[in-house]
Amino acid sequence: MLKILKYSFYDLVRSRWSYAYFLFYLGLGFVLLFLNNDVSKAIITLMNVIIVLVPLIGTIFGIMYYYNSKEFTELLLAQPIKRSSIFLGQYLGVAGSLTLSLVFGLGIPFLLYGLLRSDAIFDFSLLLVTGAFLTFIFTALSFNMGLSNENKIKGFGYAVLLWLFLAVIYDGLFLMSLIVFEEYPLDTFSIVATTLNPIDLSRILILLKLDISALLGYTGAVFKTFFGTQQGFFISIFMLILWTVLPIWRLIVKSKKKDF
Amino acid sequence: MKKYGLTLLIFVVLHVQEVCGNTIEVCQTCPLKSIKEGIALASDYDTLLVKKGTYKEFNIIIDKPLTLKGENYPVIDGEKKGEIIRITSDGVTVDGLFLINVGVSYTTDYAALRVVKSENFVIQNLVLEKLFFGIYLEKSNNGKVYHNKIIGDAKDEYNSGNGIQLWYSHNVSVDRNIVQGTRDGIYLEFSDNVTINNNSSTNNLRYGLHFMFSNHDVYTNNIFENNGAGVAVMFSKHIKMLDNTFRKNWGTAAYGILLKEINDGEISGNIFEENTVGINIEGSNRITYSNNDFIQNGWAVKVLGACYANEFKNNNFLNNSFDISYNSKLNDNVFDKNYWSDYTGYDLDKDGIGDVPYRPVKLFSYIVNRTPETIVLLRSLFMDIIDFSEKVSPVFTPDKLLDANPRMKRTQ
Amino acid sequence: MIQIENLYKKFGKNEVLKNLNLSIGAGGIIAILGPNGSGKTTLIKSILGMVVPNKGTIAISGVSIKNQWKYRREIEYLPQIANFPGNLKVKELIRMIKDLRERPSEEEVLISLFGLKPFLDKRLSTLSGGTKQKVNIVLTFMFDSPLIILDEPTTGLDPAALIRLKKLIQNEKEKGKTILVTSHIMQFVEEVADEIVYLLEGNIYFKGSIHDLKLKTDQTDVERAIATLTTANA
Repeated sequence: MLKILKYSFYDLVRSRWSYAYFLFYLGLGFVLLFLNNDVSKAIITLMNVIIVLVPLIGTIFGIMYYYNSKEFTELLLAQPIKRSSIFLGQYLGVAGSLTLSLVFGLGIPFLLYGLLRSDAIFDFSLLLVTGAFLTFIFTALSFNMGLSNENKIKGFGYAVLLWLFLAVIYDGLFLMSLIVFEEYPLDTFSIVATTLNPIDLSRILILLKLDISALLGYTGAVFKTFFGTQQGFFISIFMLILWTVLPIWRLIVKSKKKDF
Repeated sequence: MKKYGLTLLIFVVLHVQEVCGNTIEVCQTCPLKSIKEGIALASDYDTLLVKKGTYKEFNIIIDKPLTLKGENYPVIDGEKKGEIIRITSDGVTVDGLFLINVGVSYTTDYAALRVVKSENFVIQNLVLEKLFFGIYLEKSNNGKVYHNKIIGDAKDEYNSGNGIQLWYSHNVSVDRNIVQGTRDGIYLEFSDNVTINNNSSTNNLRYGLHFMFSNHDVYTNNIFENNGAGVAVMFSKHIKMLDNTFRKNWGTAAYGILLKEINDGEISGNIFEENTVGINIEGSNRITYSNNDFIQNGWAVKVLGACYANEFKNNNFLNNSFDISYNSKLNDNVFDKNYWSDYTGYDLDKDGIGDVPYRPVKLFSYIVNRTPETIVLLRSLFMDIIDFSEKVSPVFTPDKLLDANPRMKRTQ
Repeated sequence: MIQIENLYKKFGKNEVLKNLNLSIGAGGIIAILGPNGSGKTTLIKSILGMVVPNKGTIAISGVSIKNQWKYRREIEYLPQIANFPGNLKVKELIRMIKDLRERPSEEEVLISLFGLKPFLDKRLSTLSGGTKQKVNIVLTFMFDSPLIILDEPTTGLDPAALIRLKKLIQNEKEKGKTILVTSHIMQFVEEVADEIVYLLEGNIYFKGSIHDLKLKTDQTDVERAIATLTTANA
């Protein structure tokens, strides 16, 4: 697996898209910090970027790489290599190179800005960790879409649709159901609904740091224990890990059964 | 031995009577071993010097103008039997004592130190621990509560008391006190012309500072942090709140300041940081809010009910989850020349004022008011889209509520 | 060498292999023939583990290949359509495959045999079909494995390269290797194959030597014999 990872990774590191991604984050980091000089505001803007853009880029990159490396995959399948190693290696190559672009792209400007000496270091690391999780989750989801759809256009469409659903539509439906059923106690529902969407989950994880004062304004006891104690943080992290592991697991299972 | 002591006592008493304002010493090895004895023997304007040691006494009544002064913080242990010191005379000074173990009762408000219907008192440099009520001023005017440290261990509201309480007490100065772990840090009821400066009131169960029916009071330069519900100012007029810091008051009913039925006040130069609600305004009119910093609060300003003719000028709203929240569509308040960190407009004529007005009320804050659980959708892309459309054409939020002159940079 | 029992494979509603039984001994060149869509490639891919059968077992050297991958160390495969990662250079591709298999290889001889030296630094996406096929052949023959599977090896080759390929196949056969080959060029089949397996509608219709085939169909050349087999059933 490590060899496949190595080749996929080198392949991607050499591609201009990784550079574009890296430079985008580098530029964003510099603009936010040096034109603005407000770390808190920069982190809020970054949060918006991370919970929307990172999943989208993970999705598009993942699905593109999956279809583009079809020949490579077929070549490898005839070699004495475990199937799961082939797909896991490629997946980790994509997700890993994207994560590196993100971490370095944002990390360098923040380091230059002197973040290590600022209080925001924890918020910032949390942002990066969440971004990394989202990259891994959405790349895995898009690989799943690729495995299930031979047709490139279909697979691409479904993957982007999935992103659109999780990033926007899900929250719309969520909001509507909250308003429709507002007479009922909804705090358990809303926490569960949040954890069922990795984007919402990441958002809540960051909100726990950024907007804790607002989150504690609500009366429900479930909210109180979730947001007011460490519990919320650990549940969110646990769910994010689950969200990462499940698509990878399906990727392995599905790849074992697929014909090429 | 006893005879010798008695002669000394008589000598002291004679001595005191001869010279006005004499010093009487109380200590464990002195002829006078208790404060009560000392007070009984003392004449008006004497100083009672209490030496270091532990004195197990309660219900000490100071009924003449004395100075009760501790040396190296003698401990007066009330053994939870009741009130420790009660002042019933004008012109009393209490200084440098360590009062501990006040009795707890559900029927009587026992205090470590109570001043009743007395004037010109000075209460300073006291340390209070294990208390029920701390310093309780009852119908006592023209006094000073200075540099005391009150450390409570309140757990429940029903069996705890307030740190410093003023009841029908006017012209009092409360300065440089530290109050923590009580029910209300500082509580004022029917007390006018009180100045509360440079105090620190933290970790109290309910309010750091609580005003009821008290007018023309000023509080300046205080710090209120991590109190159960912040600071409450209710049913009062002409209150000035200047240069205070309100921090980390977190909870479902926690505010930097809760204003209820307050008219003609001034709130200026304060810092509101990381509170669930910075200022909660209910039925309050003609108040000027200027040069305050609202930093990372859940709601910087929450307006409930009818509030008229309030002015918000030159404030900085920095990275709050919500800047302003209204529960009605009516607006009679003025927002002008504030800095809003969420403002995205431009300044083509470079006069430091944005060319596009800023709408501080988001649709989402309206939704959260209606269905509080929706708070979990804070900062989601869907909400941003909805907020944007509401910004373009207001339907649910007051359409005249805007800052026509939003600043491009924060005011210093 | 290869035992296949009761093999079934469906793609959607399309049954490609229906209860296929086949036993192939060690050594020799076996041509797998059949009309388009008869299941040749599916059969080969099943042996390689690229296609997962619905039912049945495939054993190589007596060991079932289900969910296995190490047995592929003993197989060289030349795919029908040479699909390579386009942004790799020929040199890099060869190095990568060597790195993946961790076996001694003799690519130098093959590269000069097919005259690929000038192309080593070119990206695969820039190569012509024939050159790609030559690279494909180099990759297949550079290792020393007992089983070689060739899916349409002659595609796009010029006559000179074709002669070299045939020679290469004969050399390998002489080393005692088993070689499975599919082709539509009957002349090529006749020249190289020791045995013919004829697939029709997902099953084995004929298995035997070229001589048997000619006898059975009463024809004198293979091309006609095959055509007879096909039309007899159509």
